[in-house]
Amino acid sequence: MEDNTTFSTHLRALAPALPVVMGYLPIGFAYGVLAINAGLTPFETIAMSVVVYAGSAQLMAVSLFAAGVNPFSIVLTAFVVNLRHLLFSASLSPYLQHWQKSQVAAFCYELTDESFGVHSLRFERGAVDPAAALSINLTCQLAWVAGTALGALAGSLITDVKPFALDYALPAMFIALLVLQIRNKLHLVVAAAGGLLSLGLWLGHVTQWNVILAAILAATLGAGVETWNKRWSG
Amino acid sequence: MEQTMVWMTLLGMGLVTYLPRLLPAWWLRGRELPPFLVAWLRYVPVAVLAALLLPSLLVQDGHLALQWNNLYLWAAVPAIFTAWKTKNMFLTVLVGMAVVALARLILGL
Repeated sequence: MEDNTTFSTHLRALAPALPVVMGYLPIGFAYGVLAINAGLTPFETIAMSVVVYAGSAQLMAVSLFAAGVNPFSIVLTAFVVNLRHLLFSASLSPYLQHWQKSQVAAFCYELTDESFGVHSLRFERGAVDPAAALSINLTCQLAWVAGTALGALAGSLITDVKPFALDYALPAMFIALLVLQIRNKLHLVVAAAGGLLSLGLWLGHVTQWNVILAAILAATLGAGVETWNKRWSG
Repeated sequence: MEQTMVWMTLLGMGLVTYLPRLLPAWWLRGRELPPFLVAWLRYVPVAVLAALLLPSLLVQDGHLALQWNNLYLWAAVPAIFTAWKTKNMFLTVLVGMAVVALARLILGL
């Protein structure tokens, strides 16, 4: 019985994870190819997807490895690039109240841009079951590692993922995640503010901090307007 | 780079990635938070997803790309429409990818 329940939980977790899997296989593949070309061994390449599991930081690290940048700078860059995860973790924290510590620790290890988008939608709908959330995360990371392994094996043979538009899987998923989050005018305003601020900062050469700064400012705008409206209507 | 250094870099990257993912959830969960902070946290997903998305659509090769051949931008229109009408993430991804693949095939972009 119990095995059956666990199995069906895992199976149900595959559906929400599927778009992420579709995005992670090709991007993981691209990372694998680039890492081999940058001089990492296949084992190191795959290990990074297991230990770090952060697409943009890994791709950035690979280009820094290739350029012979020192380890300290690589780690520092990864730190700055990944600071946005502070926001993901904080944002999901209210839903993790009744989880065990080990479940929180495991869940946060696999918290990425994409899995955060999926969980923030599910949690808000009341789907806060830790087993399902952990299965989704595991499925996503397995796809990332599998994509990496394939890329590492293909090595220098293949360098182009464009023919099947695989490079558009992640942007398309962000579009879906964002549109599904927008349920009123204020959400739309916050999204526009976040996007435009991030773009503006990027064009102003704030290329490492643009996402986190824009997100903090836009969320503050949303919370400010909401608080202001409540005060005047209540 | 020598092997030990590669592994130290990997582990260092793992640590500086894990801590920002873990610590806020670890400290904040189960705490009574001020209402403004609760409201603020609820706007974070919309804000951060938009902040990630817009530059990824509009910046190409390090420059702002608003011209007609920026496929990433124009493919977003049917993708947004699909997401809005169907609320289906998988279908949205398929439509977005199909538009990009077809445009590359037909227009040779």
